[in-house]
Amino acid sequence: MSCELTESVLHGYIDGELDAARAADFERHLASCAQCTSALETQETLRASIQHAGLYERAPEALRRKIEAQYRGPAPVVVAPVRPRVRPTQWLALAAALILAFFIGVRLLPGPTGRGGQTELASAIVDAHLRSLQPGHLVDVVSTDQHTVKPWFDGKVDFAPPVRDFASDGFPLQGGRLDIVKGRQVAVLVYGRRKHVVNVFIWPTTDPDMSPQSGSQLGYNWINWRKGGMEMSAVSDVSAPDLNELQKLLTE
Amino acid sequence: MRPGAVYRMSSGVEGKDLDVLDLQERARFEQLVLPHLDAAFNLARWILRGRADAEDVAQEAMLRAFRFFRGFHGGDVRAWLLQIVRNNCYTWLEKNRPMELTTEFDEELYPQAGANPESLAIAGDNRERLTRALEELPPRFREVLILRELEGCSYKEIAAITSMPIGTVMSALARARQRLQRTLTQTDSARNQEANREL
Repeated sequence: MSCELTESVLHGYIDGELDAARAADFERHLASCAQCTSALETQETLRASIQHAGLYERAPEALRRKIEAQYRGPAPVVVAPVRPRVRPTQWLALAAALILAFFIGVRLLPGPTGRGGQTELASAIVDAHLRSLQPGHLVDVVSTDQHTVKPWFDGKVDFAPPVRDFASDGFPLQGGRLDIVKGRQVAVLVYGRRKHVVNVFIWPTTDPDMSPQSGSQLGYNWINWRKGGMEMSAVSDVSAPDLNELQKLLTE
Repeated sequence: MRPGAVYRMSSGVEGKDLDVLDLQERARFEQLVLPHLDAAFNLARWILRGRADAEDVAQEAMLRAFRFFRGFHGGDVRAWLLQIVRNNCYTWLEKNRPMELTTEFDEELYPQAGANPESLAIAGDNRERLTRALEELPPRFREVLILRELEGCSYKEIAAITSMPIGTVMSALARARQRLQRTLTQTDSARNQEANREL
């Protein structure tokens, strides 16, 4: 004889979801139903097995850091304002701010190459790096072949980024994309390093050469340098020595 | 603008203006939602049956939660977040592995075996076997088990997360547990048969 309670109320009982009256009813039923008694024992064993098998999988530390970095701190990293919509009044405010900043800047600040400019740039590229890690944002052209990636930039940017694959040195080229950093269009080369991603941002500059400056922000390392009319910034969660190695390869 | 609001921007992401949360809201999000990241990841891992995919989907779900956070006015944060995670998982499955959503549990493959608590206990000691057995269940059965046994959700919470009527939760759990038990005892008897053949 089959008892229909085995496949319904029994589970509410196991889960402690029956109210007191129904639970008491079911206990009375148990005393006279061998099928439910046996099923109860089996189900309790099964439940204990599931709960003691260590099946709960916690979020990996890297994911936690990535997400915390995205939602913490004052930088609005969640938006990708590729085409910011600015109202005319905001243009006026912006213009006024720029004029003011210019006069203050001329008097007080060491200029865009100073430490302040560096930190600001670091924030911008770390933001861009985080944005690129969103699903579907990393590469516009997927290729490990420098001869595919290089021509892809033709006509999209008005300079020729040096595209090279460093797979034999442990930095395989994964592709490229266009991005906006501090309002300026930049070329981005994406390299792999073991399971990590390195973004290299490249744009032309008229400033003199500068030896590499590095630092870290929100748990990401960055390195920034200028050579031969190109400014480059590499960002990643790989170690600083790894980034230095890539920097050397890129300037060879 | 409320006091404490520092900035608000909009951008044309996905063709829709996206309000960026002000600092206050960001802090509230961090305080209320981020602590449930493990729950979000664990659910995604079990629905999708893989850690790498779960990482992607959990991250995407967090971004979504962040966007919709303004619309969240108190209540059970974990259930609210897990509902988003679950929806993202099914959207992901539809796009990437649609077969999994249509494949039904094959009753023929797992005939009702005599329930034997000892053999279940032995099976349960083996994390890998239990994982495999859980992964063989259709996602809709797997998720109620995960929510109940690993996440400790009440029927009411499971109903909220899965958009199932609360009365259905109990029978869904009953069926899921029965199927899991069958899968485990079936692999047990298959193993015994193999062992007998070898003797």
